[in-house]
Amino acid sequence: MGRIVLDKVKKSFGEVTVIPPLDLEINDGEFVVFVGPSGCGKSTLLRLIAGLEDVSDGVIQIDGKDATDVPPAKRGLAMVFQSYALYPHMTVRKNIAFPLRMAGLDQAEQNKRVEQAAAVLNLTDYLERRPGQLSGGQRQRVAIGRAIVREPAAFLFDEPLSNLDAALRVGMRLEISELHKRLKTTMIYVTHDQVEAMTMADKIVVLQAGVIEQVGSPLELYSRPRNTFVAGFIGSPKMNLIGGAEAQKHNAQTIGIRPEHIEISTTEGMWKGTVGVSEHLGSDTFFHVQTPISEEPLTVRATGEMSLGYGADVYLTPRPEFLHRFDAQGLRIE
Amino acid sequence: MATKHSRSAARLMMAPAVILLLGWMLVPLTMTLYFSFKRYLPLRGDSLENGLQWVGLENYARFIGSSAFWPSVQATLVIVGGVLLITVVFGIFLAILLDQPFWGQGIVRLLVIAPFFVMPTVSALVWKNMFMDPVNGILAHLWRFFGAEPVSWLSDASVQSIILIVSWQWLPFATLILLTAIQSLDSEQLEAAEMDGAPPVKRFWFIILPHLSRAITIVVLIQTIFLLSIFAEIFVTTGGAFGTRTLTYLIFQRVVDSQNIGLGSAGGVYAIILANIVAIFLMRIVGSNLDR
Amino acid sequence: MARAVTTRRKVITTAAAWAVGLLIFFPIYWTILTSFKTEAQAINDPPLFFNFDWTLENYTLVQQRSDYMRFLWNSVIIAGGSTLLGIIVAVPAAWSMAFVPSKRTKDILLWMLSTKMLPAVGVLYPISLLFVQFNLLDTRFGLIIVLMLINLPIIVWMLYTYFKEIPVDILEAARMDGAGLKEEILYVLTPMAVPGIASTILLNFILAWNEAFWTLNLTAANAGPLTAFIASYSSPEGLFFAKLSAASTMAIAPILILGWFSQKQLVRGLTFGAVK
Repeated sequence: MGRIVLDKVKKSFGEVTVIPPLDLEINDGEFVVFVGPSGCGKSTLLRLIAGLEDVSDGVIQIDGKDATDVPPAKRGLAMVFQSYALYPHMTVRKNIAFPLRMAGLDQAEQNKRVEQAAAVLNLTDYLERRPGQLSGGQRQRVAIGRAIVREPAAFLFDEPLSNLDAALRVGMRLEISELHKRLKTTMIYVTHDQVEAMTMADKIVVLQAGVIEQVGSPLELYSRPRNTFVAGFIGSPKMNLIGGAEAQKHNAQTIGIRPEHIEISTTEGMWKGTVGVSEHLGSDTFFHVQTPISEEPLTVRATGEMSLGYGADVYLTPRPEFLHRFDAQGLRIE
Repeated sequence: MATKHSRSAARLMMAPAVILLLGWMLVPLTMTLYFSFKRYLPLRGDSLENGLQWVGLENYARFIGSSAFWPSVQATLVIVGGVLLITVVFGIFLAILLDQPFWGQGIVRLLVIAPFFVMPTVSALVWKNMFMDPVNGILAHLWRFFGAEPVSWLSDASVQSIILIVSWQWLPFATLILLTAIQSLDSEQLEAAEMDGAPPVKRFWFIILPHLSRAITIVVLIQTIFLLSIFAEIFVTTGGAFGTRTLTYLIFQRVVDSQNIGLGSAGGVYAIILANIVAIFLMRIVGSNLDR
Repeated sequence: MARAVTTRRKVITTAAAWAVGLLIFFPIYWTILTSFKTEAQAINDPPLFFNFDWTLENYTLVQQRSDYMRFLWNSVIIAGGSTLLGIIVAVPAAWSMAFVPSKRTKDILLWMLSTKMLPAVGVLYPISLLFVQFNLLDTRFGLIIVLMLINLPIIVWMLYTYFKEIPVDILEAARMDGAGLKEEILYVLTPMAVPGIASTILLNFILAWNEAFWTLNLTAANAGPLTAFIASYSSPEGLFFAKLSAASTMAIAPILILGWFSQKQLVRGLTFGAVK
């Protein structure tokens, strides 16, 4: 079980309010990702749930019980830290067994559970080593192992992949997703990387300056961003946001169109422009096209085979069903 | 972590150290300050029981006005300055040398830092007798070997001799700190400079030296504080004679030899002020380091 | 630095470094060597390096004449006692400053450091007076207290910089793993802090052992440590180089060995963490 409810939770450090009163429901078994730019309060929110920070106001419920003043050890949650926070003086075995030892389990039971976890995480050969002798990915797995042996109500991940190199990150992402599918335990995952958020989450919580901008499934956020912030934050490359006269034509303050929703042609189209830099990824090509309708060049996605010279004239046509409109407050117009 | 409960516990855990140091600082300091305004000559019958005569700033004026004061300031400055110059210059040289790859690095390092662990009385006596003795010292043997007249080091070149002894003791300290600092220099910086066409001398001048400036400042400040109060080295060699009477030693003589407590205390207050001026600069550096 | 160093260059560096190293070490080497000579050989011109009759006579003489063991014991008690006492006072203080920092922590640390910078001579008389008052003059206990106080700032600082390096994440992880305050201190903090505490003890033992202002001014026959023992050789009688060497060797040998072990921690301890 792992249903977590935040009711008007507020956090301030002295005079500074980092999280204004905020409500959030996390259902049992859900994979929830908190995403936002650095300093948006996502890690603080996670630490409030963990109990590593005291809430200034409001109530945190875990499985229907008020956990606001329960110390972290008693909340039944497990956390994987960005720095892994392994105990450097203990072997991998002892690291993973530590929560079990704290819970007072007997030696045989500890060993059994540690070995199970090690088998799941491919750590069996490393149990007698110390963290200092492991690679980054292995340390990451030890940290996860330490979390799963407790069989917690929910897992908390604080940017767990940010210290790994790109290739390893993709692999670990899959492993964590698989772990979730197998354990079906609630997971709360903090990241600033929207790709991680899109690929792993059941539910994404987009945060900015301590405020929830939007909550929804990855596809909801992608197809119906509630405001310009979410529109610009979710999706890669970023959505093109266009203001001024062109937006007025659509009765909006700002219009948005994703790079993959623009048709590009050398002969005819709605907007005329000149090609700037082209980025060839093999599978796709991204053109940065300068147009009279906006200061910033528009990003356009085309097939990998398409090639255009620097300075070539092109015509762009947005697909109208994918055009997003926003009002003066930046809110979505349906 | 920072709950109210842990805060009050923290205060309680800090209390013994803070109270002890506060007492250690305030009690003697107050007494010194008090005596410095009094006539206090125990040998002439002054005593705390009978009450001491208030003399205002007379002790302060007399301490500065005495014929021994300015020479002692000069001796202090020459000795401190000389030792600083020698230890910093040779320290940089040694640090760069020891940073190069060579055979037996570990052993040479041990040899170089060894003098730091020699107690001041030992190093002063060994140098005074076995090296600087004008008849039987090694240096006398050496001088005679080259046909020169042996020097009476501690009487004819007393200040230089003290500087030599103290520099020998402190060179390891400077070397060790500067070596640590050099090793923290990013080698890519030097390689970038090399790519930019800077020859070794320029690399030293424009990259290594600026990188060391912080460490050098720290060496200078910490050594200054310790050097201002060197005592044993003078106590067992010249006893303050031949122009080696530093401010510290002058105060020591006023208090212990001539038993003029009031005068000595006034001198003590001067010394405390002097040390504090240096200390402020050191604390700035250490303090700014805390924020990182 | 993936560049091969030429052998020629390495040979030159080796020669230079060893020459400088041996030159700096020479006074210590010469003292040790002389301690095994007779007094006549000790002042021989030219100086004798190997061709002399090795003797242990000086060591026995020094022990007989001035009861070296008593001074050694005093040194051990005073340096050890003051270090131990300092650690007991400093560990909780450094602990709370590192893990429960407040706005004033930095000021307190700097203030502690400033007490270390008081020139000893400025408070010599008040301290002697207090020592007379409390019957502490020429007692080991009195010196233990004074040396503890003068080294306390360094002890607090060293411990603070070590504790500060223990990542808060790890303590939080322990808390998430169900450890209470007791378990946290017992299983996580202490094992991680022990190396730092050990090197703090080592360095402060050395500093207390070599302290030569208060040990000379506050002791006489009774509680004098090795610094005072050596100072008694400053007014010589007859030929005494070999005996002085033997006495000096005995005074510095134990600490030289400890010092060599502590060299890595030395820099941090003496610069209050400003150079690492």
